[in-house]
Amino acid sequence: MPKDGGIGASPKRREDIRFLTGTGNYTDDMNLRGQVYVHFLRSDMAHARINGIDTATAEAMPGVLKIYTGKDFETAGSIPCGWQVTDRFGEVMKEPRHPVLAEGKVRHVGDPICAIVAESREQARDAAEAIELDLEELPAVVDMRKALEDGSTKVHDDLSDNLCFDWGFVEENKEAVDAAIKSAAHVTTIELINNRLVPNAMEPRVAIGDYNRASGDSTLYTTSQNPHVIRLLMGAFVLNIPEHKLRVVAPDVGGGFGSKIYHYAEEAFCTYAARDLNRPVKWTCTRSEAFLSDAQARDHVTKIELALDKDNNFTAVRTSTLANMGAYLSTFAPSIPTWLHGTLMAGNYKTPLVYVNVRAVFTNTIPVDAYRGAGRPEATYQLERVIDKAARELGVDPFVLRRQNFVTEFPYQTPVAVEYDSGDFNKLVDKLERKADFKGFAARRSASEAKGMLRGLGVNCFIEACGIAPSNLVGQLGARAGLYESATVRVNATGGIVVMTGSHSHGQGHETVFPQVVADMIGIDPSMIEIVHGDTANTPMGMGTYGSRSIAVGGSAMVRATEKIIAKARKIASHLLEASESDIELKDGAFTVAGTDKSVAWGEVTLAAYVPHNYPLESLEPGLEETAFYDPNNFTYPSGAYACEVELDPETGRVTIEKFTTADDFGIVVNPMIVDGQVHGGLTQGIGQALLENCLYDENGQLVSASYMDYAMPRAADVPFFTVDHTDGTPCTHNPLGVKGCGEAGAIGAPPTVVNAVIDAIQSGGYNVDHVDMPVTPHRVWEAMHG
Amino acid sequence: MTQVTMTVNGKAAKGEVEGRTLLVQFLRETLELTGTHVGCDTSQCGACVVHVNGEAVKSCTMLAVEAQDAQIDTIEGQAALDGTLNTLQQAFQDHHGLQCGYCTPGMVMSAAALLKENPKPTEADVRHYLDGNICRCTGYHNIVKAILAASGQDVSAIAAE
Repeated sequence: MPKDGGIGASPKRREDIRFLTGTGNYTDDMNLRGQVYVHFLRSDMAHARINGIDTATAEAMPGVLKIYTGKDFETAGSIPCGWQVTDRFGEVMKEPRHPVLAEGKVRHVGDPICAIVAESREQARDAAEAIELDLEELPAVVDMRKALEDGSTKVHDDLSDNLCFDWGFVEENKEAVDAAIKSAAHVTTIELINNRLVPNAMEPRVAIGDYNRASGDSTLYTTSQNPHVIRLLMGAFVLNIPEHKLRVVAPDVGGGFGSKIYHYAEEAFCTYAARDLNRPVKWTCTRSEAFLSDAQARDHVTKIELALDKDNNFTAVRTSTLANMGAYLSTFAPSIPTWLHGTLMAGNYKTPLVYVNVRAVFTNTIPVDAYRGAGRPEATYQLERVIDKAARELGVDPFVLRRQNFVTEFPYQTPVAVEYDSGDFNKLVDKLERKADFKGFAARRSASEAKGMLRGLGVNCFIEACGIAPSNLVGQLGARAGLYESATVRVNATGGIVVMTGSHSHGQGHETVFPQVVADMIGIDPSMIEIVHGDTANTPMGMGTYGSRSIAVGGSAMVRATEKIIAKARKIASHLLEASESDIELKDGAFTVAGTDKSVAWGEVTLAAYVPHNYPLESLEPGLEETAFYDPNNFTYPSGAYACEVELDPETGRVTIEKFTTADDFGIVVNPMIVDGQVHGGLTQGIGQALLENCLYDENGQLVSASYMDYAMPRAADVPFFTVDHTDGTPCTHNPLGVKGCGEAGAIGAPPTVVNAVIDAIQSGGYNVDHVDMPVTPHRVWEAMHG
Repeated sequence: MTQVTMTVNGKAAKGEVEGRTLLVQFLRETLELTGTHVGCDTSQCGACVVHVNGEAVKSCTMLAVEAQDAQIDTIEGQAALDGTLNTLQQAFQDHHGLQCGYCTPGMVMSAAALLKENPKPTEADVRHYLDGNICRCTGYHNIVKAILAASGQDVSAIAAE
């Protein structure tokens, strides 16, 4: 196999051509014959009773087809939640109804009340302004602590209170952890906020519903990371459409970062209304609307305690977290602060005892769900902050303290259920110290100080869990879905291959990377392989792309299907070569009889499969197409060590990132160029969380940061060039490629690295400051130093 | 409705628009040039940048009627007729300067305007100029690198890993 196109190579991305020439096919680029437009009239109050909706004037306006309200969806199902958490006491979580359009009450700013369908977008919008709403404003519950007070206003009147669940993990460890903390030589405590974020994929969401009256089939075109999941959730739970009568297409999708995993009300509406009106119905979200309707992220308030013995060995970790669910449960919301967070609280360390308590709270805010990292950034941030604080309190080097407590032998069973299969944390730190030039830091600090600036160096080590699995385990933990992935490999008569994958690419470059794997296995040129994804009509049932699972789970399914192809092709070759199957070797795209010069080319074998004249028909079916479903037997565990240097202006509190260096262990890397890009993007989102981004509500539940004028997205000048390294990883031991996944590492590893660097800078100036909450804005830094 | 006429990517174009129709709507919906994207509604993200009479303009911030008789260039007009990418487009591919592709047309059009004004920009010049273009995928690293490379500067010293 020519190495320039196989595993480990960095071929240029084939999808770039259409994106660079304006010929991509995003959902909003699609227009169907006879299409009409929907505009959603949304609540401008965080909490209100709907006493009346008068649509008479609006219905008579030009171009208006129909105006829908909650009454039209009373018999429809609730927008479903895909994960049921069981609390400390064995009770299942509270799960309120989430209607397509508001019923009786609105519960967050942006909650949709009416849907106006008109011939043009402008007519729909004009008509919305003529609807008279009689909303009776109710007190809004925004702060999680207040939401849990006795007598608090309830977000859902039919629930006993605003507590969704009170989760303890590992509950059986609780007393032992309490005892270990009580008897510890030293306990470091930190209280911190993991700030609420808005994922902000650059493409706003779009949905087009279509209905074929002749066949009775519905089609939804939507901006989704997982079209099969949407088909199942919407068809089975909301609209009662069997899957064979429902097709979901997610064409080119302009970024997701988690926010396009979930099934949203607008998708159900467009699908329903297209059938009701017998016209395609299109919705294009504006950015302002996205701030009010896309699931948001993080929003944890945490207290963490780290206990150490007299020799600085970690003996226990205890955490207590409030996790904001928002007003309704988004698709995977309950899994984020629980199983994707608590299971990572051992981090890279041998801490024998861990107890995690999470209380999830309903508030009158937009629902919260997964965003790049999903639970793992929250776990890493608190753990790596408390370790950093402990090192400062004890006067030891932060890496020395970490190294002393590292897990060094694998597999390693943590006290929080997961078993790490592989890693080498000391090697990562060695590499980082070299790449980040720690030796030169003192000189760089002096140079900054000579300019009147402070300079800080922050470090962080992390491990995360990707490729969530296996299905039977996650089922026990409350998942209402399987977490396998699928691939169909269709070999054509003339040797070209189409791989239909259940994974979905929305920036990750699957169309380039997946062919590298198949090409490597068969020994043909990657240009002979095409990837099809994003359409339930022509891909096998798959769970889609999130949680850094595409190559680890989707790639493994593709490997298994390709192995079946090779096994069958070998039988055909043995027939053509009149040799025993065990003597047939596949190399560089040709089947050879071992030890001879007899061979048949790939194309000859594939042609024989479809023109089976000289073919063992009595023992082998014609054709060459195989499907595999791969269900992993463990998570994968990427790990990393990161370093950041910041410069801080003591006059203004302004922090700039001067240097950011990473050492990641992603196992085997298929395409280093694309992995670099994934790390760069993740780092910038993590730096955004640390320095800039904050999704802020006022006490009435109004979203203050509701546009790009107010929500500070990282811009080009906010970040430096990064130095990233992911060479020489420890292969995953349980999947066929040895891959671990790389999509979320940067967003998980960056926030504590940056904040640790800021604290280092502040303390280097002699200020007694041991924590500043994210985003570490100039105002907050200055106030901490001088306030 | 008002009739507007303009030249788009060297070809005459016309259509009927409302007074409130934005240039980006006219391009996307009337002319079906869907390469120009809309990523926000506050003129912040830059996904909609096109050139109007040679200058970079956010086409969500201009009415279609204001573009009467103007020369408009969009992402669709950047490659050669045979599909060969121009220097900037090729640099974006060579240096992996795009992931989901949504911000890319605006990035390329902004970068083209920058290089016209400043053919040999520094890294700081590029980062400053891109203040009005938001990318959520790439962390800007490879975008900045691609633009420096397209300006003919040696980027081999910029650490990729």
